[in-house]
Amino acid sequence: MAQEERYAKLKEIIKIYLPEDVSVNDITMESHFINALNINSANLVDIILDVEDEFDIMLENEDMEKMQTVKDALIIIDAKLSEK
Amino acid sequence: MHRRVVVTGLGVCSPNGIGLQDFAQAMTAGKSGIRFLSQLEELQFGCQIAGEPLITDTILNRYFTPLQRRGLNATGIIYGVIAGTDAWADAGLALAPKEHPDWDSGILFGTGTLGVAKFREAIYQVDDKNVRRLGSTTVIQTMASGISAYLGGILGCGNQVTTNSSACTTGTEGVLMGFERIASGRAERMLVGSCSDSGPYVWAGFDAMRVLPRTYNDAPEKASRPMSASAAGFVPGSGAGALVLESLESAQKRKAKIYAEVLGGAVNSGGQRGDGSMTAPNSEAVQRCIVKAVEHSGIQKSDIDTINGHLTATTKDALEIENWSKALGRQGDDFPHINSFKGLFGHCLSASGSIECVGTLLQFEQQKLFGNVNCEDIHPEIENTIGSNKIPHKTMDYRPKIIAKASFGFGDVNACVIFKRFNDET
Repeated sequence: MAQEERYAKLKEIIKIYLPEDVSVNDITMESHFINALNINSANLVDIILDVEDEFDIMLENEDMEKMQTVKDALIIIDAKLSEK
Repeated sequence: MHRRVVVTGLGVCSPNGIGLQDFAQAMTAGKSGIRFLSQLEELQFGCQIAGEPLITDTILNRYFTPLQRRGLNATGIIYGVIAGTDAWADAGLALAPKEHPDWDSGILFGTGTLGVAKFREAIYQVDDKNVRRLGSTTVIQTMASGISAYLGGILGCGNQVTTNSSACTTGTEGVLMGFERIASGRAERMLVGSCSDSGPYVWAGFDAMRVLPRTYNDAPEKASRPMSASAAGFVPGSGAGALVLESLESAQKRKAKIYAEVLGGAVNSGGQRGDGSMTAPNSEAVQRCIVKAVEHSGIQKSDIDTINGHLTATTKDALEIENWSKALGRQGDDFPHINSFKGLFGHCLSASGSIECVGTLLQFEQQKLFGNVNCEDIHPEIENTIGSNKIPHKTMDYRPKIIAKASFGFGDVNACVIFKRFNDET
């Protein structure tokens, strides 16, 4: 799976959690989930579950703590996929 | 002298109609919302019929965002949000702006138990050692105050936002709690209401107690028979009802439509003493509750022209009629008109009081008394107490002036509220 494809899939996951005034086009690699995209922190655990389902991987507690930005998420996904 | 309180908005999600218009039509025409549920047959319930609002995807999309819909498995929240937001809109009230809540508006939305199906999902995950997969919505869908919390966020209310729970008295009790908050000057508007989940996990306990009818599975519309000699138990129901209560000053300042005035009422308990128990009412307490409601409202017993009873279609209906008769000191043809709506949608448990209050208030607006179904054979003890002409079988034209609405619940708890046709001059 190409990096581009993973990024697109991740954006698709994030989309539903965005508040009304944030568009999917506002998402960049550098976007911070809570500070930049204004995602409710409670929903971060749902994003993690969606990522696990979509990529068929399992994230550990420390992965979750590291996952602050879109880029962080992609790095973790890449690492998990390469372990498979 | 307390501040006057009026009803300026109504909303309902009932087994026989969602939204005021459909509900009013169903109540007028005597349309039943009780249906056979194959799921209850598969689970080998004795009673395989129930009252359940018919929720479509279109309806869900109108009231919930795609994010709210994800993993939403709490029917009580669905029904409560529909009834609550509808009542708010019916009152002509807007959602609070994004930055600040409306400090003068609160919510008191009750329930018996909430998110039972969601809780079941969670229990399976937990027992499977899969806690980490629960997601973020288990808590908010299963906490009792989930319904007031959902509505609080949608409407943006900044006054008291809470949930009451007193079994089948919940909805009627809530009207009085909201009334008191406005009457005492602590709020201008209170959205009051209640909801009850659907489904086998809510209804099973009642089936086990053998208080539900078992012989009407092939005739669902005939099963709920309040005041009938052939009443065979209450049909379980679900749904939600909601009322916007408002100070008269606030309502008049906004030029809001006024359905009726809440004159007052009373709540009490029989303490499970005397003939009262966990599941049976103490008649002295029931009568006392009605008398106190009349006194608190500043009316005479003779002023009541209509009663909407609790009347669940069990053997206790005759006792309830006797209690009304003794409390009001009125019998035979001197007794007020009386109806029970449970014949049409069953006993909606914690939602029953508020759905029935909505129906009661619609009678002022529609200038009608909604008919009682399935009591062609009025119970002989009831006929000995009150004139059978006081129990309309079909919806009739009538302008009620003062209606008493009561609900009674497990735990030997009672609530009675007095509504009056709105009159500017009194």
